[in-house]
Amino acid sequence: MSVTPELPIIPKLKANAILNLLARGQRIDKRRLDEYREITIKTGYVPNAEGSAYVKLGNTQVLAGVKLEVGQPYADAPNEGVLIVNAEFIPAASPSFEPGPPDENAIELARIIDRSLREPRVIETNKLAIIPGKKVWIIWLDIYVLDHDGNLIDACMLASMTALMSTRIPAIDVNKETGEVTIKREETQGLLPISRLVTTVSVYKIGNYLVVDPNQEEEALSSARLSITVTEEGLIAGLQKAGLDHLTETEIEKAIELALNNAPKLITAIREAAKDIRAKEGINSEGG
Amino acid sequence: MAAEKEKPKLIDEKGLRVDGRRPDELRPIDMEVGVLKNADGSALVKYGNTWVLAAVYGPREAVPKHMTLPDRAVLRCRYRMLSFSTHERKSPAPSRREIELSKVIREALEPAVLTELYPRTTIDIFIEVLNAHGGTRTAGVTAAALALADAGIPMRDLVAGVAVGKVDGIIVLDINENEDMYGEADMPVAAMPGLGRITLLQLNGVLTPEEFRVALKLALQGIKRIYDMQKEVLRHKYAVVEE
Repeated sequence: MSVTPELPIIPKLKANAILNLLARGQRIDKRRLDEYREITIKTGYVPNAEGSAYVKLGNTQVLAGVKLEVGQPYADAPNEGVLIVNAEFIPAASPSFEPGPPDENAIELARIIDRSLREPRVIETNKLAIIPGKKVWIIWLDIYVLDHDGNLIDACMLASMTALMSTRIPAIDVNKETGEVTIKREETQGLLPISRLVTTVSVYKIGNYLVVDPNQEEEALSSARLSITVTEEGLIAGLQKAGLDHLTETEIEKAIELALNNAPKLITAIREAAKDIRAKEGINSEGG
Repeated sequence: MAAEKEKPKLIDEKGLRVDGRRPDELRPIDMEVGVLKNADGSALVKYGNTWVLAAVYGPREAVPKHMTLPDRAVLRCRYRMLSFSTHERKSPAPSRREIELSKVIREALEPAVLTELYPRTTIDIFIEVLNAHGGTRTAGVTAAALALADAGIPMRDLVAGVAVGKVDGIIVLDINENEDMYGEADMPVAAMPGLGRITLLQLNGVLTPEEFRVALKLALQGIKRIYDMQKEVLRHKYAVVEE
């Protein structure tokens, strides 16, 4: 069952300070309302993963990794690879996270990222069949939140997209008689085929103001959130409203505008971070 | 191994949809309140072949007690699909989809319920999909809002929901299962029409910003019509007959 969460307690003085500043178009850390914190992306962070990325967004830290396995395709898509996304909010990341299976927030986050990648066909899964109808690549994208200082969805999306951009497909041996596939992880047959880049921009409503990339205090004070997935071409490829409050049509309109304005910067950051790995494989970072 | 299913034509030469509807037409909608004896409030809502039952218990004492909040009632919401509501049997174990939708539906109803009137209690909302044919979450929101009203729980406004979509390039209202499966986008929306407040918004698919604007407008028009039906059904049940 989904239960109304206990709202985090923020000292009144702090809350008032945040709201008074927003009224003047300012943030407690001197940012504008439509401004992201500093973004650091480290590609290829975990050597044993086929692809990985560490993202630091302000003081939020997340790690996304990709492992590839050989498995069976879905019956309704026999010639396509399979993407499986999971997210875990590890207890190390926040006093409010507890050990155990992913809660509704982690599941929601993973499903937002899954849809954001699946719907605009970011990964060219049609190129990931090994033996059509029988053996395909299974892409396990796992995301771990290491330190929670707000805006987990955008941080996790940046990490996921960069990890996929830097994923190398291992070499394989196919036994022609048995159809058995052996993975040779020490060799690579090239990069995971990516058709286009996407990012999310999550817009938070605090009082009557809309901000992007809140830190944890601002996020705790927010009453609603709209996460907007934007492709590199400026298309909207996903939406998810969350939070106890509503949004008006005007607020949604403004949130979309904020997303379309901020997405190019985030997509550039992903492209830059994945540039070296993609150049090494002889593919430019423009995608595909 | 099954071959990849061919995408059917979703809009015919006359501009009509797979079930003969115009792009801005709702499926036949049917609503009934007070369908369960034990629940404090209940409703059965049908959008075509999508049938959803909602039951509300509360405000009531919470078990365990520590789950309550000192300044407001806690909403607890469970969305689930009966095992035989789908083509392939749905395992009764809660799926990740059901966990997400329980949250999304709870957050669609939170802005409407005056929870501050009932501190230290819970209001439980159970949504059971009896037959799934597209738009189950939005039919669930519509049913849950009726059940809350039927339970006599004070609300700022009713909440109604509908999914719009893009099929064969056309923005259409109240998409059914085939349009969801083969269409380009599925966008569930719920709102409190009397107050102009949007409480649920999701998009599964790709739209241009302009298409999104058109889709949202179409959804809000559909929601207004469903909202009028909700009010009518409640008025019909609770209106005092004067001689």
